[in-house]
Amino acid sequence: MKDYTQWEGFEGRIWKEEVNVRDFIQKNYTPYDGDESFLAGPTDATNKLWGALQKLQKEERAKGGVLDMETDVVSSLTSYGPGYIDENLKDLEQIVGIQTDKPLKRAFMPYGGIKMAEEACTTYGYQPSAELHKIFTEYTRTHNQAVFDAYTPEMRKARHSHIITGLPDTYGRGRIVGDYRRVALYGIDYLIEAKQHDFNNCGDGTMTDDVIRLREEIARQINALKGMKKMAAIYGIDISQPARNAKEACQWLYFGYLAAIKTQNGAAMSVGRISTFLDIYIQRDLDNGTLTESQAQELIDHMVLKFRMVKFARIPSYNQLFSGDPVWATLEVAGIGMDGRSMVTKTCYRFLHTLENMGPAPEPNLTVLYSPALPEAFKKYAAKVSIDTSSVQYENDDVMKPVWGDDYSICCCVSATQTGKEMQFFGARANLAKCLLYAINGGVDEKNGEQVGPNYAPVTSEYLNYDEVLPKYVQMLDWLAGLYVNVLNLIQYMHDKYYYEEAEMALIDTDVRRTFATGIAGFSHVIDSLSAIKYAKVKTVRNEKGLVVDYITEGDFPKYGNDDDRADEIGVWLLRTFLDMIKKRHTYRNSEATTSILTITSNVVYGKYTGALPDGRKAYTPFAPGANPSYGAEQNGLLASLNSVAKLPYHWALDGISNTQTINPDALGHSDSERVENLVQVMDGYFDQGAHHLNVNVFGKEKLIDAMEHPEKEEYANFTIRVSGYAVKFIDLTREQQLDVISRTCHGRL
Amino acid sequence: MSLAAPAMAACNTQGMVHSLESFGSVDGPGVRFVVFLQGCNLRCRYCHNPETWAKDCGQPWTADKLFQHVWRYRNYWGKKGGITVSGGEPLLQMDFVTDLFRLAHARKVHTAIDTAGEPFRPDDPAYLAAFDALMEVTSLVILDLKEIDPEKHRRLTGKSNENILAMAQHVARLGVPLWIRHVLVPGLTDDEEGLRQTGAFIASLPTVQRVEVLPYHTLGLFKWQKLGIPYSLNDAQSPTDEQVRRAEELLMVDRYPG
Repeated sequence: MKDYTQWEGFEGRIWKEEVNVRDFIQKNYTPYDGDESFLAGPTDATNKLWGALQKLQKEERAKGGVLDMETDVVSSLTSYGPGYIDENLKDLEQIVGIQTDKPLKRAFMPYGGIKMAEEACTTYGYQPSAELHKIFTEYTRTHNQAVFDAYTPEMRKARHSHIITGLPDTYGRGRIVGDYRRVALYGIDYLIEAKQHDFNNCGDGTMTDDVIRLREEIARQINALKGMKKMAAIYGIDISQPARNAKEACQWLYFGYLAAIKTQNGAAMSVGRISTFLDIYIQRDLDNGTLTESQAQELIDHMVLKFRMVKFARIPSYNQLFSGDPVWATLEVAGIGMDGRSMVTKTCYRFLHTLENMGPAPEPNLTVLYSPALPEAFKKYAAKVSIDTSSVQYENDDVMKPVWGDDYSICCCVSATQTGKEMQFFGARANLAKCLLYAINGGVDEKNGEQVGPNYAPVTSEYLNYDEVLPKYVQMLDWLAGLYVNVLNLIQYMHDKYYYEEAEMALIDTDVRRTFATGIAGFSHVIDSLSAIKYAKVKTVRNEKGLVVDYITEGDFPKYGNDDDRADEIGVWLLRTFLDMIKKRHTYRNSEATTSILTITSNVVYGKYTGALPDGRKAYTPFAPGANPSYGAEQNGLLASLNSVAKLPYHWALDGISNTQTINPDALGHSDSERVENLVQVMDGYFDQGAHHLNVNVFGKEKLIDAMEHPEKEEYANFTIRVSGYAVKFIDLTREQQLDVISRTCHGRL
Repeated sequence: MSLAAPAMAACNTQGMVHSLESFGSVDGPGVRFVVFLQGCNLRCRYCHNPETWAKDCGQPWTADKLFQHVWRYRNYWGKKGGITVSGGEPLLQMDFVTDLFRLAHARKVHTAIDTAGEPFRPDDPAYLAAFDALMEVTSLVILDLKEIDPEKHRRLTGKSNENILAMAQHVARLGVPLWIRHVLVPGLTDDEEGLRQTGAFIASLPTVQRVEVLPYHTLGLFKWQKLGIPYSLNDAQSPTDEQVRRAEELLMVDRYPG
């Protein structure tokens, strides 16, 4: 058994025998059920650094969204010398390390696709290197090239018509959370030793595809670990041994994360569940008298500053999908342990407190793992921070814990993954609303008139008949599910081959469990459309070619979002039906198929390519995001809407069911304390019913409209709002997205 | 709590409901389910729900069915929240409200009635008996005191206020907690003497827990236009924060921290 002097004062044995961060946490953390009165404000250093960063952010916005870009150096662990927020303030940085040599400068990352890397440059007026072009087109291949070489014509068509959209075939798949805590707890040398052990025991010498591939992957992981040491050495820091104190623990952990964001530009690059882990180090130092509360907060503030700086070079079509420059540096606090102890520590408070010390911000994507059983004081503090900043999301620990244990992280916007034990094959989403139109039109796309789906018999009657439409829809869904899964199989294969995440995988167990994350878009519109067909009369409007392009719905019908079982049950049916169709198919590397009802901001793009629907949604207008009810459908207030969403069984959508709600502060209560209590009550009631996720925004529509019209006002520089599964600075959204946010129901009856 | 719908004695009294709001947080303590009933005899010049005046419309619900529906929201109520019946004027459908509250009361759900008190008949023993039966299952009465002076009250609402004041006293005598509300319209319901008298009247009621000044707003104006009813307060402004503070002082709201 290893026993480093750096571990002095820590309890437990198993985590010393093997890499096992969960065991370390459980043996050593101190639950905290007090209130926020112990927290410290920002230090001078924090104010100065945050001031400098805000200045840079302002310049970035003034330059059209990108401050600086690399064109000649391929990003790697060691491709740059040290970089700081501000050269003159570098001694103030408690936590060091940035992606490139300059703050907010976007790295050149061609492995996902040279075309995209170059397009990102030219979009913002930068000239990509001709030499790199030659290398990545003539001498080697990229993920994107490989995927497109292998696509079938059917796949290309489905992609083009947007019945499947947002596929990670032009960018990194992301969603892999390395267990960055391992770097702090063990140091790199121990981790290399453990991986070497796995390598030595990989296969019995029979060289099957699986064994060959895994051996190469482990070798690459070991190489990445060695690279991390070199990367840290550039900043004058040796991370080969375990961290000795809180400052080193924060720094070591951050280096692990930095390795990931220097080498991968995945859509989501999450940080993971780190607060309770770091609290153990902070508490040890506080007890030893070697750290003050102010210094502890400063460490967390400075670490969060770094998470606020993560940037990737993106192309316009990506920005349309995921508006506002998000990276999903998702970071979780709280939760309840398997033994029933609350996992809330003072450092959970410290992370939320960064939103007060440095103001609201979209990153890191702060997530509270919620349970009605969390300490009351913590629930109230989180609610208070939510009301003040609209920067926090909540996920139900009580439904996730039975599936993922008590050491899971959120690997994207809302999807859980066991930290250090799992990886995910991210797979965007299928447009189930468009699929309904394909069922009605016999596989012909309502927008471009092409035969995209199979030419099954279309509906020919003037009025839609539920008993005719439903079986046709099921048939078309089955086609879509099959195509979708196979597109993803192909993409994930190529991603492993050409853009393998060795730095993140080096911090995950070799014997990794893989999930295969599919997703649903247009959820509420399918429910309401089927309900309209069933309970009202839906007349078809055909164009000159006989294609149904619009619908006239006569009479009223139950809508999802009103706690009306007639509509909500259609949603439950739809989820189950689609999940079954996904699960029965072969998925790459024996991964476990899951699905989600979350769209992030892609609801706008999906809607843009989808014709009119029987529920009354006009052609080419945005869908409702995630599992949210449709615009204007909610007639009975917030809780009725929440009750509808809460009916969807989480274990059928293990990749997540996202719900975003905006509450007018005046409708939440008369006083600050009433608002806090009422918000806690809303969340207790919602999550108690088994719901999965809630984004909470607290502001009025007037503020949004004013911010859209006057983005230059100082008060809006950091005005953050929650959208589906992440947070953005409102003024960074496209106008289209801003209008979409504004048009959503704002719960506030007067 | 059990997820099964509670077994209930038959309560088939029918009520006419204007609308349901699953999330109310300003009409009583905590998070509340608010039932807006149809029908009102007052014609307050600043009413922001004129669409609830008419009596011959609305959605019919039996007390049973409505309670079963409302019960689905119990998870959100916690220790403080519950059901509020508002309107319209809920006392116009007193038997229905009583049945609904009986069902709630039996499951220890907090019940509040948000009323202007107009239907109260202090001289009618049968009415009083029915009213007292309602009060037995009512946790809180939220009373809208529009104006203390009977003549001014008539000009503001079309009806006198003697019975309304009598109701406040009767409720207080029964020991039922009261919240008093006053809508502040500059130039109409904000004269110092009137507010002082209102404050004194409130002080005479022993069960008052909270007094709220509600600033007049024009957000309901579009409904008048939609309904084609002439609106007589076109010149009225919302009160300033200072005016609200002054009214709160005169009404002595600080004495009632509930």
